[in-house]
Amino acid sequence: MGEITLKHVKRTLFILCFLPWIWTFYLAVSGGLGAEPIKGLLHELGQWTLRFLLLTLSITPVRRLTGVAALIRLRRLFGLYTFFYALTHFSVYLLLDLGLDWATLGEDIIKRPYITVGFSAWMLMAMLAATSTNNMMRRMGRRWKSLHRSIYTIALLGIVHYYWSVKADVREPLIYAGVFVLLMVLRLRQQPRSGAQTSRISPHALPVRGLGRRLGNAE
Amino acid sequence: MRNPAINDILPSEITPESRYHSRREFLRRGSLLGLIPMARSFAGERAQGQLQFKKNRQFDTDEARTPYAKATSYNNFYEFGTDKDDPARNAGILRPHPWSVPIEGEAEITGKFTLEDILKPHALEERIYRMRCVEAWSMVIPWVGFPLSDLLMRFKPTSKARFVAFTTLFDPARMPGQRRNVLQWPYVEALRMDEAMNPLALIAVGLYGRTLPNQNGAPLRLVTPWKYGFKGIKSIVSIRFSEQQPPTSWNRSAPDEYGFFANVNPAVDHPRWSQKRERRIGAGFSLFNPRIPTLPFNGYAEQVAYLYKGVDLRRFF
Repeated sequence: MGEITLKHVKRTLFILCFLPWIWTFYLAVSGGLGAEPIKGLLHELGQWTLRFLLLTLSITPVRRLTGVAALIRLRRLFGLYTFFYALTHFSVYLLLDLGLDWATLGEDIIKRPYITVGFSAWMLMAMLAATSTNNMMRRMGRRWKSLHRSIYTIALLGIVHYYWSVKADVREPLIYAGVFVLLMVLRLRQQPRSGAQTSRISPHALPVRGLGRRLGNAE
Repeated sequence: MRNPAINDILPSEITPESRYHSRREFLRRGSLLGLIPMARSFAGERAQGQLQFKKNRQFDTDEARTPYAKATSYNNFYEFGTDKDDPARNAGILRPHPWSVPIEGEAEITGKFTLEDILKPHALEERIYRMRCVEAWSMVIPWVGFPLSDLLMRFKPTSKARFVAFTTLFDPARMPGQRRNVLQWPYVEALRMDEAMNPLALIAVGLYGRTLPNQNGAPLRLVTPWKYGFKGIKSIVSIRFSEQQPPTSWNRSAPDEYGFFANVNPAVDHPRWSQKRERRIGAGFSLFNPRIPTLPFNGYAEQVAYLYKGVDLRRFF
């Protein structure tokens, strides 16, 4: 039996993260999303975007809690999947919902605050995705980190986008908001000791091979 | 500020008396001839039983009907949950029999009426209406019912009756969605008296020839096709005539988003989405289903526009 390497973990996660997408489209085509599958698709893909966003944001606090340093090497995968779900969410809106009606798209972005907010989050996310390569990380240096801190703003905008889009039942948006607040609190509480803590974490808590090794200086 | 909902209606305008009597006479004769089966047969019907009715060709459309399965599985009925499929899933415990409807307020005849009392004198007819939800989707539904005006006139509303208010059942044991205060329960809706007297306003007891499934508002509901769907209050347990404008649920919940009139109007957007177009829920594969234009008063302007003459419908949406 060979060792389970980071590469294996990543490959498995890569497939797992794609399954909700396939499942959602399967439901839409098979009638499992009700009589308005376009709206259903938008809703489901939007929810998955938020879930992946929160998952991405939970990497650092969980890493600090568990001491599994190598978790950081999974963060880009989750981050890019967040954008993948956001991209298909937006595409369903533009292609299927609006039928490529650019005028209405412009009107929506300007006149409907929840779309303004959602679109802003999407634009920011696109920037993060575009600068997610090792090459960009190297070229941008310090600016890379400050740009990628906008993930917090994106999360906030995304949750507000969901909250404002709901008619009366705000339970679900509030759950996402609660998780987001929890993650932020964890982060703040961990902050002062983080330097000391990370130095104590064994880099071999999870065997790291190949691709992951090159990202050693990402955090 | 003058509220146009309180219209200057003369009592004589409210009462289409001659029409009322001639219709009763017509129905009586019709029923004697066996042409129009009386609603009496309804009382014995089981849920989703076949109804006896006559098709009213005056209220028809050649638009494709929404399939029965979609009209009965995609519903907004927050009493059973806020997801569209919640009502179909949870409404089984409603038990719409026995049922009674108190008639209250500014009318000569008031008191508690059983469902059978309410339905007995009315011949059922089928009308095919468009139903436009405020959420920008729409259906085409063949309703079975009788004119609201016929029902209301039986109670002889007085000249003080300027509005008629309806209430939905409040019973969290049978309506589990009411355990959470998503809306202020019970659900209430109302019409101005002249709106209620308009021939389009219908009390429905069935759809697609069968009794109303619980999730569609059994045992009786309101249908006002020129207004957004939320005006069509379901599972009615009281009717009250009043002089003052009664509160209405969605208006109370978000007054800047949902007006008292709630007339379908492509020119007035909901603050969070456009009302210019709608997605018609039909039989086809619905992933590629472009929106169609929404018509003023949902295409019923000819029948109802006169009710709002001189009213700024942008302001009083």
